[in-house]
Amino acid sequence: MKTPVLSSWFGRGEIAAPPDIASATLRSDRFRLEREGEWRRLEAIVAQMEKGGLRRIADDDLVALPALYRTAASSLAVARETSLDSATLAYLEALVQRAWFQVYGPPRGFGGWLRDFVLGGWSRAVRAIWLDICIALFVMVAGAIVGWLLVAQDEAWYYRLVPSGLADTRVPGASREELLASLATEESAAGLASFAAQLFSNNSGVCILAFALGFAFGIPSLLLMVHNMAMLGAILWLFSGQGLTLELAAWLSVHGTTEIFGILLSGAAGLHIGRSMAFPGQRAVLTAASEAGQRGAVVMVGVVIMMIVAAILEAFPRQLVDGTGPRFLIGGSMLAFWLAYFFLYRPVRLPEDSA
Amino acid sequence: MSAAAAAEKRSRVMITPEGLALPVTLASRGGRAGALMLDVMIIFGGLLAFNLLLLWIAGGLLEGTAFDPSSAPRGAQEFLQILMVISGFVTWYGYFLVQELGPRGATLGKRMVGIRIAARSGGRLAPEAVIARNLIRDVELFYPLVLVLVLLVLSSEGEDIGLLAWAATGWFALFLLFPFFNRDALRAGDIVAGTWVVEAPRTKLAATLSTQGAAANRGASEVTGARYEFGDKELAVYGEKELQTLERMLRDAQPEALAAVHATICRKIGWNPGAGDERAFLEAFYAQLRAKLEGDMRFGKRKADKFS
Repeated sequence: MKTPVLSSWFGRGEIAAPPDIASATLRSDRFRLEREGEWRRLEAIVAQMEKGGLRRIADDDLVALPALYRTAASSLAVARETSLDSATLAYLEALVQRAWFQVYGPPRGFGGWLRDFVLGGWSRAVRAIWLDICIALFVMVAGAIVGWLLVAQDEAWYYRLVPSGLADTRVPGASREELLASLATEESAAGLASFAAQLFSNNSGVCILAFALGFAFGIPSLLLMVHNMAMLGAILWLFSGQGLTLELAAWLSVHGTTEIFGILLSGAAGLHIGRSMAFPGQRAVLTAASEAGQRGAVVMVGVVIMMIVAAILEAFPRQLVDGTGPRFLIGGSMLAFWLAYFFLYRPVRLPEDSA
Repeated sequence: MSAAAAAEKRSRVMITPEGLALPVTLASRGGRAGALMLDVMIIFGGLLAFNLLLLWIAGGLLEGTAFDPSSAPRGAQEFLQILMVISGFVTWYGYFLVQELGPRGATLGKRMVGIRIAARSGGRLAPEAVIARNLIRDVELFYPLVLVLVLLVLSSEGEDIGLLAWAATGWFALFLLFPFFNRDALRAGDIVAGTWVVEAPRTKLAATLSTQGAAANRGASEVTGARYEFGDKELAVYGEKELQTLERMLRDAQPEALAAVHATICRKIGWNPGAGDERAFLEAFYAQLRAKLEGDMRFGKRKADKFS
């Protein structure tokens, strides 16, 4: 175990001028002294790049980087066969590795990746997991139906399915007026912004959980979705008993089309990983898992964005906009937007984006 | 010896596009756990400081309102609340993502330990991979940890938590021990993302030994002026392993240690050890042994150690 080099963090150490080449008695040391200057130049450039100061690097240096990297790589190959100087070998191995990470590093930073993500990468990833989306959709609908049927048979199920925080006035036996009041708007926008922030933090946590649980062959993801949708089914049953189905649907659709779509996508992404691991096909299991995991991760970043939108919709328009028509209009147009963005928006992919 | 054997077990070979086999060393599990602890400490420290600042500002809002929270400006209060929630979320995910996507491929904690992440295939480290491995970490560690803690609090208040606690502990243990059950010490997130964690050595170029002291003067000592010349028979005693040990000694060791090595070598080659000029002797021996071994190497003859 080697100790971390703390001194390399603070300032650069003094570099002594290399000794005269002719003074070296060994051939391998002469080899080293002849190339040392280039290695040190490469090291300085790589250190700059690691600091993220790509713009501060002189153009000459950037142009020289690939050549310097290949020189160092070939020096290492030669030195392995001719030199027994372990310090030089260790230095070269570390240098070539560091340079390799920079030369073949990520093609773009976070900003560039985000641009590609919004302009096509996201919808591409969503389309790639269409089969899992279909399965997840089926499971969610089934979950809602199961929730409805369970509560219709025995009201006690309602208290098991719906968390007590939600069931303050929305309990079996509540009057039509009470239920309607729970769908009403707030008088002012005060307090809604922090409500939105809470909702966002909470909902995206649930989505990330649904995705990450896909690791266990996707089964926990499905269970989580069934549980969530059974709750929805129970609430639907409650409101329909008082003839309020349409009002509830409108109230839910404002944010629900975005939020439930997001949950659907995260469950599908989790399922995608689980399915690839259970049925990897011709690929190795680990390869299949990592391909699916990377595709799922793209979908998940999108889901977090959807959760932000959903939380804003849930906190402001849903609590402020009244009336079934306007609520359906907002929810329906959001749904139309997402569907169009995911399945109709297919920008031509540039060839160099394939990395 | 066991440390060297463990390092040997962790070494892997990465083939660069130039066809050069580049050795990488997998990070030790302990090092990775330490890096994670450092990161979590940094995150919590940062968030704590930030939240204390927000509380201090919130306290300022109460001033002049006779400490009646209901009369404080509501908009400002709400803004602070939102800031608290959002900053927690952004810090938790952003801290790992932004840093691991950067050119160093490592968080602050990983940098302190001297490790970084890399793509297992030897290709480019895709942003998607970094995102995937960081999302999975929550399920591996923090959700079960929080669950276990919540259950413990519940049980201390006298509630019956039954089998759930064991299930949560099992979940936690399963993922925690995951790296111990595969060859590359991958955690679940690494498997899903196709990454692994490797050591990121930062070695300084050491001075050339053959241009210093007696090695440069064809074996002549600066102290006594004596010349040390070794014959083929004397140089045939040692191999590459001993040469590299000697190199390390010459670079780092104390004079007393050098004296001991000097005595050992003299005994081995049948010389009568003197005193006071050990360094020059060892430098000369090193240079001539290396010249001989490297000469043989050019003809394809290698001698790994003194036994071969």
